Amino acid sequence: MMNEYDVIIIGGGITGVGTARDCALRGLRTVLVERFDLTNGATGRNHGLLHSGARYAVTDRDSASECIKENRILKRIASNCVERTDGLFITLPEDDPAYQDKLVEACRAAGIKAESIDPAEALRLEPSVNPRLVGAVRVPDASVDPFRLSSANALDAAAHGARILTYHSVTSFIKDGSRVVGVRVKDTRTGEEKEILAAMTVNAAGIWGQGIAAMAGARIRMLPSKGSLLVFGHRVNRMVVNRCRKPANADILVPGDVVCIIGTTSDKVPFEECDDIRVTRQEVTALLDEGCSLVPALANTRILRAYAGVRPLVASDDDPTGRRTSRGIVLLDHESRDGISGFVTITGGKLTNYRLMAQMATDLVCRKLNVDKPCLTAGLPLPGSERRLNPSRADAVAFKAAEGRHGTMVKDMDFSHKSEVLCECEHVTKAEIAYAVKYLDVHNMVDLRRRTRIGMGTCQGTFCIRKVAEALAEELGCPQKAEEFLDQYVRERWKGMAPVCWGDSLREAEYMRKLYRK
Amino acid sequence: MQDKNVSVNNFEQCLKCDICSSVCPMLAANPRYPGPKQAGPDGERYRLKDPAYYDLTLKFCLNCKRCEVACPSGVRIGDIIQTARLKYGRQNRPLRDFVLADTDLTGSLATPLAPVVNRALGCRPVKAVMDRLVGVDSRRTLPSYSGRKFVRWFRESAAHRQLGFRRFVSFFHGCYVNYNFPELGRDFVRIINACGFGVHLLEDERCCGVALISNGFGAQARHQAEINVRSIRKAVSAGEPVVGCSSTCIFTMRDEYDHLLGIDTSDVRDSILLASKWLYDKVESGSVKLVFKSDYHLKVAYHTACHMNKLGWSVYSILLLKMIPGLELIVPEQQCCGIAGTFGFKKENYGYSQEIGKSLFDTLEAISPDIVATDCETCKWQIEMSTDLKVMNPISILAEALDFEKTQKSNIR
Repeated sequence: MMNEYDVIIIGGGITGVGTARDCALRGLRTVLVERFDLTNGATGRNHGLLHSGARYAVTDRDSASECIKENRILKRIASNCVERTDGLFITLPEDDPAYQDKLVEACRAAGIKAESIDPAEALRLEPSVNPRLVGAVRVPDASVDPFRLSSANALDAAAHGARILTYHSVTSFIKDGSRVVGVRVKDTRTGEEKEILAAMTVNAAGIWGQGIAAMAGARIRMLPSKGSLLVFGHRVNRMVVNRCRKPANADILVPGDVVCIIGTTSDKVPFEECDDIRVTRQEVTALLDEGCSLVPALANTRILRAYAGVRPLVASDDDPTGRRTSRGIVLLDHESRDGISGFVTITGGKLTNYRLMAQMATDLVCRKLNVDKPCLTAGLPLPGSERRLNPSRADAVAFKAAEGRHGTMVKDMDFSHKSEVLCECEHVTKAEIAYAVKYLDVHNMVDLRRRTRIGMGTCQGTFCIRKVAEALAEELGCPQKAEEFLDQYVRERWKGMAPVCWGDSLREAEYMRKLYRK
Repeated sequence: MQDKNVSVNNFEQCLKCDICSSVCPMLAANPRYPGPKQAGPDGERYRLKDPAYYDLTLKFCLNCKRCEVACPSGVRIGDIIQTARLKYGRQNRPLRDFVLADTDLTGSLATPLAPVVNRALGCRPVKAVMDRLVGVDSRRTLPSYSGRKFVRWFRESAAHRQLGFRRFVSFFHGCYVNYNFPELGRDFVRIINACGFGVHLLEDERCCGVALISNGFGAQARHQAEINVRSIRKAVSAGEPVVGCSSTCIFTMRDEYDHLLGIDTSDVRDSILLASKWLYDKVESGSVKLVFKSDYHLKVAYHTACHMNKLGWSVYSILLLKMIPGLELIVPEQQCCGIAGTFGFKKENYGYSQEIGKSLFDTLEAISPDIVATDCETCKWQIEMSTDLKVMNPISILAEALDFEKTQKSNIR
């Protein structure tokens, strides 16, 4: 019997969808399985920073040069997901003044354009930075929306024949001797189980890749490192602001869409915590303290929520203690490493170089399959990023906002009939919700939030979720589910609001509680 | 750590309760207007990301500030919208907007030619031409100009009479008194004098700039505001409060200068007062005594102008009117008349303006008073044009009802 697929990709993070796109573009019959929604892991829980590489220039030149190359590629192919903000590394009086020169020099060596500018110029470029700064370096950092980026990769993969199965978890591997020939998956929404066969299986499950590999009989040691971040109510900065010192906690403030995000912390956590990670009060305090020395305005800007992700750090293969980690890309050929053929793992790395990770994994898959096709992902723009539409001044804000989020894909939205704005904080219309349901694989409110920003604004959904839940249930053809959607969403929002619940956020939470208490 | 999670960015206190939208007169009349919450705090987040998110329909905001009065979180919604208009609004404005907005210029040109101008502005062919070429709606009754500016009258006929006083107030007469209706200024001077106070004019007074602000002429508004604040500061440091009869001028100088134009007025703000408030405070504290005619009878409906509502001072005008024996006072619920300064004069807004005001017109006509009292001159124009009622400033009603001789005697010091 001939297999339906050439390659199975496990994991719907950016690495998984990027690999699915690459494989599909090279003509491989591709299926991606993800146990929840796309971007549910580290992809959806980070800074949204498109590194220039400057942060790694001093400590890891290879990573730095990878970053700047990918940075340039993504600005081109994912123009609608990337905002060319540029970044500053600011030196405060308490920082080592020698580090700035070291940084500039290391950036040059890695091919990153880095220029020292004087404090007055830095303040002119970015008025929000701490005026006590004594020096600054300008670098081509940018802001990237990981949800949109993943969504665009998935869309393009699907457009080239790939199947994307979200809410399908892998329950076991199908093996023929020491060869992986497929996986058994369970549809987590219907409970239905099925077998998927393919010559190659790619483990792109991030931190959960350890368990996936174990299921296949291989051992990978992941070292979960928790990073917490805070989202502020609006943008206080236009550029990415970094602290010019050896990488430490809370030293990057990224403007992402209409908010800005300070992060991150870095703490080892036990593997068991990865599925339900929470931000502690101490982390919030640490983030604020450090954040305020970067940009003082954060001291009196409303915090919307806190969240945390787990970095998929991998213990180096050559380090028996398992303590030394690699922050670079880790591609494991389990055939040569563990004697398990048909199975590879792609992990480590970072959001910025997901495309390169996908390329490396796909190259290996192609080699194993004896397919000789070049990688095309660096040259072809992602769906939505083909060109800028440049809406006219007279267009409604909701249309401009939808164009900002979906680029050229707004053409598939029915603004003539569904122009009613449901989420007013983020200007999301019924048309955008209908589009997301039709094209972007949405099954619940959280999926919808990731695709559209509904409920991500100042009120965190307080004002709109009832209307949105009803609209979503209607679009999905199951109006009876509206109540369940609503309930699920309120709980999810509360998780992020709880750690920062004081002042205005407390008032908002109380208002929400009054409105939705059963 | 944040002491309080209370933002200096005022719009972030918005809980999205939408009470503001429920009191917005424009939203109810015009579905194209996104309403105060969307135009204000919601829109501001996006404009901070990129000014390209500026929404042209923000021009529909009346700047009535009813949203700010209603907001339980103290968000300065109207200010956010006005600031955005000044910052991102249309750069090429029609000549019409400038003519409407620069009241000093228009007034100065019109006053010497008042009889001709008034007749012209009242005749149909001229109005038709203005409608078509300039964009001032022909259905609107245009305010008439006085042949003699108030300041000229004051200098020629009143200034010398101020010499005998020891206590003074500075009078911010405003454009309406100066160019359109000097009678109100004369009433004001008579009353203040009868109360035992002399009246000074400011060293240099310009239009408060409210129309310049709402038409997007920020730089000129700021220039005029700076001149006014300088003059006010001089008067205040000489111990004279600055008092006016127009609620909008007073409101603009007290709040808009600071909030919209970024001019620090904190040292003089408390001394910029509306005539009715100043007078009420004096009477209440016993330092001024008013004696009224015994045979005065009038049925009055008091209309609270939106800016009066924002000042929170309609109570002073109401209590002052209630002091008049024989005056029957009815105060209907506050509603917007729809004119919003120059807004209602523009051809494209006439329909909205009249629709917004309709409920107020009906209410007032049902009361059927002898006189409608209001502290705002544009409300007066709107109500007089849209109903058969006559409208007066409370100060003019007071002047009718006062027994000046007895009042003067009671206040000799």
